Amino acid sequence: MTAIRTGWRRGVIELRQSFTNPGELISHFLWPVLMLIALYFLRDKSFGATGFALGALALPSMLGMNAAMGMVSMSQQLTADREDGTLLRAKAIPNGMVGYLVSKVVSVAGGLIADLAILLIPGLLIIGGLSVGRPEAWLTLGWVLLLGLLATLPIGAILGSVFTSVRSQGLMQLPVLGLIAISGIFYPVTALPTWLEWIAQLTPIYWLGLGMRSALLPSEAVAVEIGESWRHLETIGVLSVWAAVGLLLAPVVLRRMARRESGSTVASRRERALRRVG
Amino acid sequence: MTRIDEVVLEVDGLRMRYGATDVLHDVTLRAHRGEVLALLGPNGAGKTTTIEILEGFRLRSAGRVQVLGMDPADGDERWRARLGVVLQSWRDHGKWRVRELLAHLGEYYVPYSTAERQRPWDADELIEAVGLTEHAGKKIKTLSGGQRRRLDVAIGIVGRPELLFLDEPTVGFDPVARYEFHELVQRLAAEEGTTVLLTTHDLDEAGKLADRILVLTAGRIVATGTEAELTRQIAGQDEVRWSIGGRRFTESTEESTAFVRGLFHQYGESVAELEVRRASLEDTYLTLVRQSEVAR
Repeated sequence: MTAIRTGWRRGVIELRQSFTNPGELISHFLWPVLMLIALYFLRDKSFGATGFALGALALPSMLGMNAAMGMVSMSQQLTADREDGTLLRAKAIPNGMVGYLVSKVVSVAGGLIADLAILLIPGLLIIGGLSVGRPEAWLTLGWVLLLGLLATLPIGAILGSVFTSVRSQGLMQLPVLGLIAISGIFYPVTALPTWLEWIAQLTPIYWLGLGMRSALLPSEAVAVEIGESWRHLETIGVLSVWAAVGLLLAPVVLRRMARRESGSTVASRRERALRRVG
Repeated sequence: MTRIDEVVLEVDGLRMRYGATDVLHDVTLRAHRGEVLALLGPNGAGKTTTIEILEGFRLRSAGRVQVLGMDPADGDERWRARLGVVLQSWRDHGKWRVRELLAHLGEYYVPYSTAERQRPWDADELIEAVGLTEHAGKKIKTLSGGQRRRLDVAIGIVGRPELLFLDEPTVGFDPVARYEFHELVQRLAAEEGTTVLLTTHDLDEAGKLADRILVLTAGRIVATGTEAELTRQIAGQDEVRWSIGGRRFTESTEESTAFVRGLFHQYGESVAELEVRRASLEDTYLTLVRQSEVAR
């Protein structure tokens, strides 16, 4: 219990650090600002003959994508913490690993929610045509986000355990960008060939985007979606499968990864990293 | 209850094998409460491997190991709380401030506080003990190398460990920092009854700090004892230099007193520039390392 509370406090400290240092503040604001600029230019465009504003379709989708990106930041942070010895310190302390994991969930999820607000609040001012006056909108947004985090953070932790250096994390960027491209974030997925549509529907990114659209768009907008339905049941189904797989596998993979950590493994990674610099 | 003669660390026939190579052949050692043990040996002798097995960070191939009454391979969190590990830091926790980090890490030890040992160590007292008071509010990434190492030591002892592992603790220390660090280790052992196992290839450090020195070469403990015992056992040869009528002489002998006496008996007043150099730990160490290289 102490470890969970201590981990919670650790996460809060890390969040505060992340929002009080200039370098990270830039990264918190850079992407939302770029997206908002894109939204600004999309504000008068509409999707095909349907007459729906492309900007209004894109904003919830971007929120969904950003939520799914928690997976990437979880993975990156875990790899970085392993490389620099943070994880080994946690291992050397009683219940340190529990505290560490709780803190990661708190800081990654907390940072993510803050980033979503940074995008959503100005986004609502730029884009009209969203239906945010209803309490159900926020309720839907809440459960989609929660389920989305459950689906993506454990997968991120698994990926973070698999990559052994911050550098090799770069390998992950390309497929992730590919998945984003086909997941209906910037353009409705129904405009894609059917086989790509199918691949997109295997990813949590698509379902997070769909869920966010279902929360924030007026009900007529459902016409753009596959089967002209918000498919809440399917959303819950697919995200739950991801969550279940992640939550089952993550402890095993994390434990295996942590077991291998020792002073000499950290030292050898440090040497490798320093050689690259030198 | 803890007793003064309590055995804290017991290793018997420890072996470690990676693939087809044996890194540790047969390591046997034992440490009592409040004792400072130095594991001395050249690079690649297996010092780090030994210490990582005892810390529970590495699984051994064979042998019996008891650390604080438990096998490190099944060490639980309660066991972990009684142990201190000083790790070599690099750039972890760079954004944290010194006091903030020590107070945070200390929280994990609260449930393991006992009447005998109040856990954790108060952050401010601990910061003072390692001489970082002026830097308590600084971000860790702004500390110098020596200051970071002191912080590493502070992190290692924040839970008031009964047994402390130090793997090459003073690498990169300047002489003042080294002196202060030695004082701290001696104080931990004397006042807190902390048992300390440190690895080093610094002979002076081993001689100064350790109650007992274990020399590890090529995966075997080849000698063990106090500094004086080791020098007597192994090097054994003192060096006597003198001159007679301007001619210089040097002689290595195990019996330097008797030799000098003979010298005076034979030459009387004409013995000049007499110098007796006692065998040193360095000689002992070099002899041991050479022997083990020949044996290989």
